[in-house]
Amino acid sequence: MKERTIWEQIADSFRSRSIWMLHYCTGCGAMELPPTMTSRFDMERFGVAPMATPRQADILLITGYLNTKTLRRVIYTYEQMADPKYVIGFGSCTINGGIYFDSYSTINRLDYYVPVDVYIAGCMPRPEAILEAFNYLMEKIRKGEADGWKRYRENYEWYKQNQIRSLGEVYVHDEFHE
Amino acid sequence: MAAYKALFNLVVAFFLVLSLEGIARKIMARIQRRIGPPWYQNFIDLFKALSKHPFSNGWIFDFGVLMALGGALATAMIIPMGSITWTPFPNSDNFFVIMYLFAVGALGMAMGMVGSGNPWASIGVSRALTQMLGYELPYLIVMSSVIFFYKTASIHKLIELQRGGWNLLVMPLGGIVAFISLMGMLGKKPFDIMIAPAEIASGPMVELSGKYMGLLHIMHVFSVFVEISLFVDVFLGGGSFGWYLVKFVVVWVLAVMISSVLPRFRIEQMLKFYWGVPLGLAFLNALFVLLGWTL
Repeated sequence: MKERTIWEQIADSFRSRSIWMLHYCTGCGAMELPPTMTSRFDMERFGVAPMATPRQADILLITGYLNTKTLRRVIYTYEQMADPKYVIGFGSCTINGGIYFDSYSTINRLDYYVPVDVYIAGCMPRPEAILEAFNYLMEKIRKGEADGWKRYRENYEWYKQNQIRSLGEVYVHDEFHE
Repeated sequence: MAAYKALFNLVVAFFLVLSLEGIARKIMARIQRRIGPPWYQNFIDLFKALSKHPFSNGWIFDFGVLMALGGALATAMIIPMGSITWTPFPNSDNFFVIMYLFAVGALGMAMGMVGSGNPWASIGVSRALTQMLGYELPYLIVMSSVIFFYKTASIHKLIELQRGGWNLLVMPLGGIVAFISLMGMLGKKPFDIMIAPAEIASGPMVELSGKYMGLLHIMHVFSVFVEISLFVDVFLGGGSFGWYLVKFVVVWVLAVMISSVLPRFRIEQMLKFYWGVPLGLAFLNALFVLLGWTL
C-alpha cells in the first residue's frame, strides 16, 4: 500500500468521523435501518447521517439480495457517487447469495460487481451489528485501508467484464448532455 | 479598519453559526431522547465535504455556486453586530442594500442549481422562490413600518434609536410576524419545503457533490448569520458584542426548538399560512404605527 501524505491522513480522519450514507433499500435489510437511525440506537452520535442522493453520499449500503435488474441501478448509483466512496454489504445475500443462492435472477457475490469495504454477516444483522460495522469502517477509513474506490478505478476492466457478463450491457445514458 | 471589521464579521459568522448548527443537532437529539452528535460535528462535515473529489455540471453550475457564496459573503460583511462599534461600513448598512445584496446569493443558487439539469433541483428552486414570495411580503411590510416609525433605514441607527425600548416591545405584533418570517428564511420546519429530503431528494442540493456541497454549506452559514442578525438588530435592540451573541443564540435556539416538534407544510399550505395570519398582523401593525398606537 502507498504511503499517505499528511493531508490525506487529516482528510481521512475527517472522513471517518462524518459518514453520509445512501441506503439503497434493495432487500429485507432496509427494515433494520429505522431502529438504527432513531432514538433507540441513534447512529447520528457517530456522525452517520442519511442523505437523499448519491451525489452527496459517502457510503452505499446494499441492504440484502440484489436481482440483476436492481444491480444495474446499484452500479449507476455507485458510479454517481463522489470519490472517496465506500460500500457496505449487508447480510449474507451480498456475501454468497444467502437463501437466494440458486435463484435465476439474483447475483450471488456483490464483490464481483462493485468493490465492498465491509460485509455484515447475518440474516438479518441486528442494529448492534450495523453499529459495529460502522465503527469498523470508521477504523478502516482512519487507517486508510478502506480503498474500495481505488480498487474500482484500478481494476475497472475486470469489474466491467463481470458486470457485462451478468447484465448484457452497462451503459450510463446521459440524457442531459446528449 | 473597516476591512478588518468586515473580516471579523466573517470569522464570527463562520464559527458562531457552524457551532450553533451542531448545537441545534444536539438539541434536536435531546428532544427526541437521543444522545446526538458532538457540537463540532458540522465542522467535520464541512471539512470532509471540502476534501472530496466532486463532479461539475457545466460552467453555469460552477458560476452559480460561486455567485451564491459571493453574495452571502458580501452581505455578511456589512451586517452590524449589535452597535456602531461593530459596524464595518456605517454608511452602507442600509436595510435595502442588505436585502438587494442578499438576493444576489439566492439568485446565484437558483441559477446554478437549475443549471445542474436535474428536475428535482428545478422543483426545489421553484419551491424556494415561492416560499420567498410567501415570507417576504409580511416581512417587508413590517420592516417598512419600522423604517417609517424611526424615519431611517440604516440598521445601526435603528439599533441606537431602540435605547428607549426594544422594538419587540414597542411593536409586539411586528416582532412576532418578523420571527415567523425568520423561520421561513432559515428554512426551519414547518417551512423546510424547499429541501424536503423525503419528497424531492433535498431539492436544490440534489446534484451537489463534495466541494460544491461544502461551498454551499458555507453560503448557508453566512445566510443564517445575516437573517438572524437582522432580526436581532432591528427588534432586540443593541448593546455590547457579548449581549449581541447572547441574543443571537437565544433566537436560534428558540427557532430550533420550535422546528424540532413540528411537521412540514405543503407548498400551498405555506403560502396560505403566510398570506393569511402573518400578513394580516403585519397590516395591523402598520396601521397601529400610522395611528401612533405603539407601546
